[in-house]
Amino acid sequence: MSTLDKSDVEKIAFLARLGIDEQDIPEYATNLSNILDMVEQLDSVDTEGVKPMAHPLDAVQRLRADEVTEVNDRENLQEHAPETAEGLYLVPKVIE
Amino acid sequence: MHNKTITELSAGLEAGDFSSVELTQTYLDRIHSLDKQVNSFITVTPEIALEQAKNADAQRAAGNAGLLNGIPLAQKDIFCTKGVRTSCGSKMLDPFVSPYDATTITKFNDSGAVMLGKTNMDEFAMGSSNETSWYGTVKNPWNQETVPGGSSGGSAAAVAARLAPASTGTDTGGSIRQPASFCGITGLKPTYGRVSRYGMIAFASSLDQAGPMTRTAEDAALMLNVMAGHDLRDSTSVDEAVPDYTANLNDSLEGLKVGLPKEFFSEGLNDDVAKVIESAVKEYEKMGAVIKEISLPTSNLAVPTYYIIAPSECSSNLSRMDGVRFGHRCEDPKDLNDLYIRSRGEGFGPEVKRRILVGTYALSEGFYDAYYVKAQKTRRLITNDFNQAFDDVDVIMGPAAPSTAFKIGELTDDPITMYLSDIYTIAVNLAGLPGMSIPAGFVNNMPVGLQLIGKHFAESKLLNVAHQFQKETDWHLKAPESFK
Repeated sequence: MSTLDKSDVEKIAFLARLGIDEQDIPEYATNLSNILDMVEQLDSVDTEGVKPMAHPLDAVQRLRADEVTEVNDRENLQEHAPETAEGLYLVPKVIE
Repeated sequence: MHNKTITELSAGLEAGDFSSVELTQTYLDRIHSLDKQVNSFITVTPEIALEQAKNADAQRAAGNAGLLNGIPLAQKDIFCTKGVRTSCGSKMLDPFVSPYDATTITKFNDSGAVMLGKTNMDEFAMGSSNETSWYGTVKNPWNQETVPGGSSGGSAAAVAARLAPASTGTDTGGSIRQPASFCGITGLKPTYGRVSRYGMIAFASSLDQAGPMTRTAEDAALMLNVMAGHDLRDSTSVDEAVPDYTANLNDSLEGLKVGLPKEFFSEGLNDDVAKVIESAVKEYEKMGAVIKEISLPTSNLAVPTYYIIAPSECSSNLSRMDGVRFGHRCEDPKDLNDLYIRSRGEGFGPEVKRRILVGTYALSEGFYDAYYVKAQKTRRLITNDFNQAFDDVDVIMGPAAPSTAFKIGELTDDPITMYLSDIYTIAVNLAGLPGMSIPAGFVNNMPVGLQLIGKHFAESKLLNVAHQFQKETDWHLKAPESFK
């Protein structure tokens, strides 16, 4: 049984930089504990020597020649950003 | 006009019975008057549609009609469409007007197809009922108190309600096949990597795959002819030749070896759904297929494996929604963490948050091997089962979902039971195989889908098997009463 409590949920939510309402935390704790219980069925499966499968066709990453192929599209891409200036994305001050 | 298939519409356009502009206007009018009953569209794009239709008519007149010239389509709102809001069913991307087209959209544009609009879906494709959409629940055209399934519920409902001749969907754990089953249409999830994922907003990158949602298998073949192919912009797309998917539709099924996994017909399957599936299988026997019971012993591991892999990949993919470069940003952030935390907290709904939390936990320090790597190992066991089964059979058949469409609100408080509605479809994504759902009958006037599963890249075979069934039956021609 995996039981996550309030502080576990708060810790995970911070790792994910995900705001959740204080009042919803107990429900998330229950939901997450139930989901983890469900996935714990896998613990009883013998996977000794089984190679982890990352791609359904076991394909490997293709590489291309290191050549510039895309044009600089910054203005177009930044048009939909919440806040930009002089080609940069603006966020609250990070360094004092 | 609205009951015609793509095949029939193409013939009508070619014969000059109607123009694409007339056809497109017919569908826009239907959407305008009928979609309030089902809520299948997030955005309707009449100006783009009529412009594209006009161009299509001109191209046909000039003798260079593309494969889907003049055919109106509805695109799932997960595909980026240049200059058009691409919301993925989320408040997070409500302000997002895509600066580029997904490869699938480019291909449809090049084929001369017309975009009617963007269809409703579960938020970021996470859901099996379309109830997680920020734009409201989609209603099933067969009974508006029930869900259309999800996550491609808007795409399925639009086709079932004759608001579009066909649409696109995406399928990570059943999101094309389960709504196709619930809405009584034909849905195909191709082999992983068959269709480019470029510009298709990622949920779980090792599982996501786009495919057609249509009235008939023949139409699905026409759509896949346009969608399939290698894309240099998607490193997971597969560099395999694309056959003409219509070429083998009429092959005989004499001697076809069909496997029925006993695990798909056990506990959890509704009895009436089971009867519909059994009679569909009998239909195949009449066509000369040889039916054989098989076993997929690791079937019970599919849902738990999926609910580690999919949330883990989603927590990673959705980290790009940070309120900095696009999408929703909170008011007056006091520092960078506050900006991230509140933008994401306000932008995402409860199911997306649940999955991000599960994924973050599974990938966090000290748990990665116990969860993610363990699930990648059980994923291989599940895949091995299928590979072994395909040594003996050509196609696997079973139900697409354990029941018909459930009531709106019935499962929202019970995420795990909701997850189990994808119990027969999830393993197919884990193994990367192609799968279809085709209309096979009704239970209490609600559609039931028969699932067909093939070997990797056996889309032509599946479409052939589906088409032959549709030649012998008329379930796929039935329309819901209020949308005839």
